[in-house]
Amino acid sequence: MSDIPSDIPIVEIQNVNHSFGSGRLRKQILFNINATIKPGEVLIMTGPSGSGKTTLLTLIGALRATQEGSLKVLAQELRDAPESKLVELRRNIGYIFQAHNLLNSLKAWQNVQMSVELHPEVSKQDSRAMAEEMLAAVGLREWVNYYPSELSGGQKQRVAIARALVSKPKLVLADEPTAALDKKSGRDVVEIMQRLAKQQGSAIILVTHDNRILDIADRTLHMEDGYLTSLDAAPL
Amino acid sequence: MFAIPLAWLQLKREKIRLLVALAGIGFAVILMFLQLGFQDALFDSAITFHRNIEGDIFLVSPQSTSLISMKSFPERRLYQSLGFSGVKSISPIYIGFGIWKNPFWEGPPTSQTRSILVIGTVPGDDILSLPGIHERQAQLRLSDVVLFDSASRAEFGPIPAKFEALQPGDPPIRTEVESRRIEVGGIFTMGASFGADGNLITSDLNFRRIFASRQKDLIDIGVIRLEPGADLLTTLERFKQNLPGELRIDPKKTPEQAKEDFVVGDVRVLSKAAFVAVEQNYWKESTAIGFIFTLGAAIGFVVGTVIVYQILYTDVADHLAEYATLKAMGYRNRYLLSVVFQEAIILSIMGFIPGYILCIGLYTLTRNATALPIAMTLARSITVLCLTVLMCSISGAIAVRKVQQADPADIF
Ligand SMILES: Nc1ncnc2c1ncn2[C@@H]1O[C@H](COP(=O)(O)OP(=O)(O)OP(=O)(O)O)[C@@H](O)[C@H]1O
Ligand SMILES: [Mg+2]
Repeated sequence: MSDIPSDIPIVEIQNVNHSFGSGRLRKQILFNINATIKPGEVLIMTGPSGSGKTTLLTLIGALRATQEGSLKVLAQELRDAPESKLVELRRNIGYIFQAHNLLNSLKAWQNVQMSVELHPEVSKQDSRAMAEEMLAAVGLREWVNYYPSELSGGQKQRVAIARALVSKPKLVLADEPTAALDKKSGRDVVEIMQRLAKQQGSAIILVTHDNRILDIADRTLHMEDGYLTSLDAAPL
Repeated sequence: MFAIPLAWLQLKREKIRLLVALAGIGFAVILMFLQLGFQDALFDSAITFHRNIEGDIFLVSPQSTSLISMKSFPERRLYQSLGFSGVKSISPIYIGFGIWKNPFWEGPPTSQTRSILVIGTVPGDDILSLPGIHERQAQLRLSDVVLFDSASRAEFGPIPAKFEALQPGDPPIRTEVESRRIEVGGIFTMGASFGADGNLITSDLNFRRIFASRQKDLIDIGVIRLEPGADLLTTLERFKQNLPGELRIDPKKTPEQAKEDFVVGDVRVLSKAAFVAVEQNYWKESTAIGFIFTLGAAIGFVVGTVIVYQILYTDVADHLAEYATLKAMGYRNRYLLSVVFQEAIILSIMGFIPGYILCIGLYTLTRNATALPIAMTLARSITVLCLTVLMCSISGAIAVRKVQQADPADIF
């Protein structure tokens, strides 16, 4: 958990292009993306299906190699960074996926602890306590010893949030975390996420199609055919 | 560093799959144990007799290949060696297979007969250090009396039990060997081998009576005992110089081996170590037995590898999305590889234990059914455990390639 002065942006994207395929099948998906995200900012990204939102998110999350332009996350330049730097960076980002992607063989608290264990400075006893505390914070105090298969969709997604936030990451990436949930639990999940992120001072980038949750955002970005625009017309 | 034993928790979660894996590994373990056990038992049983002859130098016919196919040679060669300095005493041994009639057979009227190994020794020479023989040298002097091997296979009849049950005054156990009426005068213990289902010991005179058609002045094994302090190699050198006939040495032998194993004229001269080795090598090399059992063990190994691979591969494939998630969270490839290898090692140990326990029982069954000296040994247990771990590691090494496919960019 690197300490970054609060005035330095968490994410700084400059002239990023991205293409899939090669040769005649090469298809450009992202065009000249520029964006800056400040510490603690909650940012929602909307846009039609296939416009490139997930692609941009995987680039920011250091899950895909940056091809062109400059992409700085937590002050680390991702373009041409070695794999080991990327792995290290991932440990300081919280990920929340559309599917919960919990480990089915592990109980709720063990799933959360898997994230804590990536930070060797935390002792074993502390890490379990941290995991259970975090689950309590998302309202699952009674459910720490359940397996994912024994939880509802909303509960699973809350475990996933606990897992993403337990290490107090400076940046949380969430890709349609409410897509598989009904209206009520979707709203709950997003609110928990926003509240905890604010408490911890984490920035959030949240991709969603759900218009009902736009109000939680500090700022909304729109992606269309690979071009990113700001809906608030605020200068980037 | 990692408090959560992911490998074990994942294995434990799929109970049926775990049981199938353990059954498969246990099967492979049992197959390897049985094959290697049979092989060891064969090679051990083949040399029980040889190891227990008290002698330093042995004379056999150059045409003899093993105990079950002994050729005779002139006893004169043995008497000649008595004149060499360093030689303390000599004893002839006669070997033959005779038809034994089961005296307690109550089945159909045709009598039950079976081939038995008959060993003739000179009473009083007491050259066999097998349990029960030393005490019964006196019985050996009686005419038409034999000692019966209590570890012979059951088909020869319940001789040991009946013999123990004899009361003073009861008539002795009588039967026929090679149609000559004989009497069981005692019991000793040697054990069946793959070559001989049962054994008898008798005197040289009785032996000649049973095998009446054999030429009188031929013997099968000449046993020579050295004076205390006499040097084995020096004495063997004297045999080389003084026995009549041309010296022939097997060109495949190293010079060291040739000092203890050579042919002069019509006899082959062997040290005790070479005498035992020749018999063992016969079973190892001249027959397909060693190959067959090694092949059997190898099949167990391959079957086990395939089963474990299948299990691990399915397991990795099922967890691929989870592994990709772990990579996205910042776990290294190395961690995921170690999870698969831990699963392999856990499976191998957990599969080995029931296989090992079952095998102890199977060995006892086999020992009772075949009178072969088969038992669990530490060396074999370690060998099979190592093979099992190797088996699972090979499977793991093939299965981990699937882990590399887990791409964290795919899971969003
Ligand atoms: N691994 C890939 N290889 C080739 N093309 C890809 C790959 N991943 C995505 N694409 C293409 O890139 C384009 C953008 O995909 P992306 O997943 O970023 O869209 P999205 O905005 O997240 O859509 P949705 O809202 O449906 O999730 C799509 O046309 C898709 O077909
Ligand atoms: Mg998407």
